[in-house]
Amino acid sequence: MIQVKHLTKQFGQLKAVDDISFEVGQGEIFAFLGPNGAGKTTTIKMLTTLLRPTSGTLEVDGLDPAASPNEVRKRFGIVFQDPSLDGDLTAYENMEIHGVLYHVPRKPRLERIEQLLRLFELWERRDEQVKLFSGGMKRRLEIARGLLHTPKILFLDEPTLGLDPQTRNQLWTHVKHLNQTEGVTVFLTTHYMDEADRVAQRIAVIDHGKIVAEGSPQELKQQTGRTSLEEAFLALTGSTIRDEAATSTDQMRQFGKLWGNRR
Amino acid sequence: MGESPMSAIYVLWLRELKRYIRSRAQIVASLGQPLLYLVVLGFGLGPVFQKAGQGSYVQFVAPGIIAMTVLFSSTFSGMGLLWDRQFGFLKETLVAPVPRIHIMLGRTLGAASVAICQGLLVSIVCFVAGFRVADPRALPLAFLFMALIACLFSALGTAIGSVLQNIQGFQMIMNFLVMPIFFLSGALYPLSNLPGVLSVATRLDPLAYGVDGLRTTLIGVSHFGLAADSSVLIVATLTLLWVGSRLFSRIEV
Repeated sequence: MIQVKHLTKQFGQLKAVDDISFEVGQGEIFAFLGPNGAGKTTTIKMLTTLLRPTSGTLEVDGLDPAASPNEVRKRFGIVFQDPSLDGDLTAYENMEIHGVLYHVPRKPRLERIEQLLRLFELWERRDEQVKLFSGGMKRRLEIARGLLHTPKILFLDEPTLGLDPQTRNQLWTHVKHLNQTEGVTVFLTTHYMDEADRVAQRIAVIDHGKIVAEGSPQELKQQTGRTSLEEAFLALTGSTIRDEAATSTDQMRQFGKLWGNRR
Repeated sequence: MGESPMSAIYVLWLRELKRYIRSRAQIVASLGQPLLYLVVLGFGLGPVFQKAGQGSYVQFVAPGIIAMTVLFSSTFSGMGLLWDRQFGFLKETLVAPVPRIHIMLGRTLGAASVAICQGLLVSIVCFVAGFRVADPRALPLAFLFMALIACLFSALGTAIGSVLQNIQGFQMIMNFLVMPIFFLSGALYPLSNLPGVLSVATRLDPLAYGVDGLRTTLIGVSHFGLAADSSVLIVATLTLLWVGSRLFSRIEV
């Protein structure tokens, strides 16, 4: 479903992703793990047509995201690391816009919006503005939205960041359910090793832009001789803390607050 | 069966309008500034203007205030792109299987429509304050000028929003671009008999042609002439739409 060969992305002097290769099979739940700044999000951005690779080849469902972006975009749904909903619109309107942008015809669109909102227990609150939702509800809505156009692949970039254990648990139950019933391939990143251990069939660990290990959770534990995935992860990537510089988005968020979030 | 490409443009246009209608407090607040200009300048400078033999200042300045409202509203709405970048919704539209130009057009036309609504509201305020049009038959033409100003500066806002990475640049754009465009447009003073440099600067300001078009159609006082007004505005609008869509298509998030 996804094929990556010798993929590299360079920002100035920095090689964010450095000659990585991996494959994700159809119907697989694949976890892409790594410390902050390891290159996870950059890789997802390249797979999802938001960034062009510096070199190497990519294939998503047999297509090159750089060459045929719109065809690739129809095939995946994505939940970004940062929220990407319109808070001034209602849950239903957010779904509706997505359906139109993805050319889902009206009748199946209305049916599937209802089906998904019910599945994620948001139907009762469909006409409320999203800015009034809790973090967990927003995340659920984003996943529901990402599935509206029946994608073959679902990208989840740290979808459980900042959620309580109950919501996380529920979210992964949904994801596993979708994977089993609809055969959706799932490509996820997370910092919670127990989650990866629980849902992922295969894992790749990336650090400093390079893939340092690959295999099932069991294999990674055996490879490193540790009993938990968390320990295996630390053994693979070291225990030094990675500091990320404040991004321009963070600075803007701060500034946006000062401006009273007018938009 | 797929839907027409228009649907993406339409749905993003509709989004801008929905957001506008829902921000009622903001609508009222944004009428404050034009009202202040109209009342304070309109009545404050009135006597001086009258003494200079130029007639009623409220009559003169009202088209300028309408143009100002449309300028600010459309530039800000166009730059709403920055907020969407910050709050993430931009990404949602950029990964959709829709050509970027459709997204840009939907946003820009939405921003322009919001600005037109604001312009119409301020027109009503002007009317209440005592402004009277010279010939009601010219009103459709005045509306067209308002729409052109709205499209022109929404496209400018989108272009700026595509280039700026964050909101820090916002104040700079206000001080060094939007305010000069406003003050050089002749919205507040007649463009005739200006000192040389100022005269050249006003001629380079696309809004000057918008203000002149509105003034011609609303009160029958013209500086450049309607042909010059409309052709400059149309060319400027098309150019900025083109530049804006080029810049928008290059956005990386």
